[in-house]
Amino acid sequence: MHISPVLWQFLTKWLAASALFPREASTVAPYTDALYFFLIGMTLVGLILVGILVFGFSIRYRRERNPVATQVEGSTLLEATWTIIPLAIFLVTFVWGALLYFRIYTPPTNALNIYVIGKQWMWKAEHPGGQHEINALHVPIGRPVQLTMISQDVFHSFSIPDFRVKREVIPGRYSTVWFNATEPGTYHIFCTQYCGTLHSGMIGEVTALSPEDYDKWTKESTSGMSLAQNGERLFASMGCNACHSGSAAARGPNLAGVYGTKLQLTNGSQVLVNDAYLRDAILNPSQHVTAGYAPIMPTYQGQISEDGLIDLVEYIKNLNSNYRVQQTLGTSQSDLAAPATPGMVKP
Amino acid sequence: MMSAPINNNTIVNIPDQRTAKMPKRNYINNEHGLLSWLFTADHKRIAILYLISITFFFFIGGAFAGLIRLELLTPQPDLVASDTYNKFFTMHGIVMIFLFLVPSVPATLGNFFIPIMIGAKDLAFPKINLLSWYLYMAGGTFTLAALVLGGVDTGWTFTTPLSTHYLNTHVITAATAIFIAGFSSIFTGLNFIVTIHRMRAPGMTWFRMPLFVWSNYAASILMVLGTPVLAIAIVLVALERTIGIGVFDPTKGGDPLLFQHLFWFYSHPAVYIMILPGMGVISEVISTFSRKRVFGYTAVAFSSVAIALFGFFVWAHHMFIMGVSNYSALVFSLLTMLVAVPSAIKIFNWAFTLQKGSITFETPMLYAFAFIGLFTIGGLTGVFLGSLGMDIHLTETYFIVAHFHYVMVGGMLMAFLAGVHFWWPKMTGRMYPESLSKLSALTSFIGFNITFLPQFILGYLGMPRRYHAYPAEYQVLNVLSTAGATVLGVGFTLPMLYLAWSLKYGAIAGNNPWQATGLEWQIQSPPLTENFTETPIMDHEAYDYEWLENKTAHEVTTVG
Repeated sequence: MHISPVLWQFLTKWLAASALFPREASTVAPYTDALYFFLIGMTLVGLILVGILVFGFSIRYRRERNPVATQVEGSTLLEATWTIIPLAIFLVTFVWGALLYFRIYTPPTNALNIYVIGKQWMWKAEHPGGQHEINALHVPIGRPVQLTMISQDVFHSFSIPDFRVKREVIPGRYSTVWFNATEPGTYHIFCTQYCGTLHSGMIGEVTALSPEDYDKWTKESTSGMSLAQNGERLFASMGCNACHSGSAAARGPNLAGVYGTKLQLTNGSQVLVNDAYLRDAILNPSQHVTAGYAPIMPTYQGQISEDGLIDLVEYIKNLNSNYRVQQTLGTSQSDLAAPATPGMVKP
Repeated sequence: MMSAPINNNTIVNIPDQRTAKMPKRNYINNEHGLLSWLFTADHKRIAILYLISITFFFFIGGAFAGLIRLELLTPQPDLVASDTYNKFFTMHGIVMIFLFLVPSVPATLGNFFIPIMIGAKDLAFPKINLLSWYLYMAGGTFTLAALVLGGVDTGWTFTTPLSTHYLNTHVITAATAIFIAGFSSIFTGLNFIVTIHRMRAPGMTWFRMPLFVWSNYAASILMVLGTPVLAIAIVLVALERTIGIGVFDPTKGGDPLLFQHLFWFYSHPAVYIMILPGMGVISEVISTFSRKRVFGYTAVAFSSVAIALFGFFVWAHHMFIMGVSNYSALVFSLLTMLVAVPSAIKIFNWAFTLQKGSITFETPMLYAFAFIGLFTIGGLTGVFLGSLGMDIHLTETYFIVAHFHYVMVGGMLMAFLAGVHFWWPKMTGRMYPESLSKLSALTSFIGFNITFLPQFILGYLGMPRRYHAYPAEYQVLNVLSTAGATVLGVGFTLPMLYLAWSLKYGAIAGNNPWQATGLEWQIQSPPLTENFTETPIMDHEAYDYEWLENKTAHEVTTVG
């Protein structure tokens, strides 16, 4: 769209001020709005065209003016016209929409990852640095933020209208969404998938902060333990390190550095080790036995909460050497402070 | 109302009221007593039974819509408790979709007129037709039972695992209702398909059938092929709820998205089950009141079939944000764009039917115009939602609500009312009051737009659907919407009142008040139980107004 940025800003700000249009507060918002305006244009043109035809013919060929109808069978040329032109417009919409979809749902590799758990009827955000929030989410502006989300019970859907992003939050499966906030401020979070009694109470606020304010916020609101540190405790207390000890003779595969790699399984398939895989491998280990290992790991279904799973995933994700695994064999306690900056998602 | 008015504003041609008499024998007075209705196998009487029952359920569903709009007048949840509100929209959805929209045109107008239009004495399976109505009533009774016992709050979509594990309301009762009502719809579809294939009168070739028959045929295919999948999904929900089979439960290795696939595999085609018969009504009405054959008859007929076929391959467009693979989302978005094309074709064909016609503006035509305008908006806003990236922001908001109300109420309900007014003289033998009905058509149109246009804006602002409370900044538009709903309520109540009035006081209509070409207009109003005294022979195309002019009054070409 070759619309002057000044004019665009004027238009969207005027619409937002008259409460007819949401604010544009993320980098994708203008792209979504451009398609929206195109589609509104298409609807108006279509409606006006149909209106002109219907009203025009109604006036011209009303019975008073045209007492006798002239029979017309049809016209292949006309019919081809109104098959091909709508089809062409719809295909443009399809391509444009598809490009936008990939833009909205393909996170940049350097995004800051925050976990979100949905449950009846609240949103819980867990930052890698150990900050926990209920029905609130603090994010920095000018930096891509990815949310890795899961539901503890029913379907929910995480929506921030002013960012033009939304994604279903599904029980038993991670889903992700990302955005890059552009304006400091607070914005609505809605659950948009009907989830029971207090569906309309499952709301919250995103606070977009300038990088300095965000740093200040992360320092002030940390619980003292990062997610990875929580995961480490859990890893030890559940006895995971008994098998996943990292030593050559261990009964379980070595977990250090496994995140992001391709793994060969006993059933012959190859999988990419990502958050979803790690979660699933903990809950349904028999489905995911690494080649060369015996299927001896019991299922942890029902024994770890979604929070705990996130901690474990975050721990394994950040596990670069087996030093700490072996340390925890003895101590199962950690007294290291949480890292000041939250971890980054690997590609 | 005097004898046949020579008036250029209208084509209405009714007999002189001083001498006119209702036909001595007709399907209404053929037998008497309640039992003669409850055990009838006459497709016309069954259609009337359906008409009464769907009207009843329409007003129940409408009452819930009124309560929803009343609650949304203020941002705070102040009229009822959240659980009650959730029950309201669930009931509104279940009643309106399964008990009104799906059976609306096919089971009433279709039931009444498909056999007559193709020159048959009844449907192929009259007793199964009656069974359909009993199943429908059983479904309706279970729905009312769920309501009276305390309601159900799953939403009409029965989303798992909410419906299977997290609610303590009467889910199984409501599921049973939908399961049973589904079979009513399957039997109706089956009956129509067999009737249209096997029972056409001599000379009634496929391309001489009225487009109303074509569109009901397409809808019947959808009913027969789609509804069983809904039945499966519903049974699985019930089994999951009662004995926990775990098909949709991720902790037992099930997949909650599977339910979405199964549910929408029916419920998207269901949209076309609802709209296609309405499109058929519009073809009949526009042709009659512009005195012209429908422009591009074949294209309109085939576009119905195309919609039915493509309609089965777009279900996943309800799941674009649910983590389906990006590539399957691409395919479903593309197919969604394709299914929009036949609808666009129909709109332009109807518009060009008007060209060179001789147009009058009786009530059915006004409803048809309302249909064209509102369905154009409804259809084009559907393209917004089929467009992947746009859908992310719009789905699950009031934009969706506005979109499908434009299609279902603005489209389907307007078409239904067009059809009811159009065929009322044939079904009852009496005319409805013309000025009052024009007023109510106008009221509905205005009320409808005030109700649902603001909801598009609310949707883009981000207001989620099914919200009991909402942020204060959305109030102005919600108040507007509620105000419109009030007007709309008046617009929908009026027809019921004056149509009931007309049963006794309406002008006697005669056989063919609109001078329409369909076979149903060549027989007496109300028709005989056996429809035709002799088997008609179809020796002309559909919508052949010259044939009608040449034909002398009350003379049907017949074989002995």
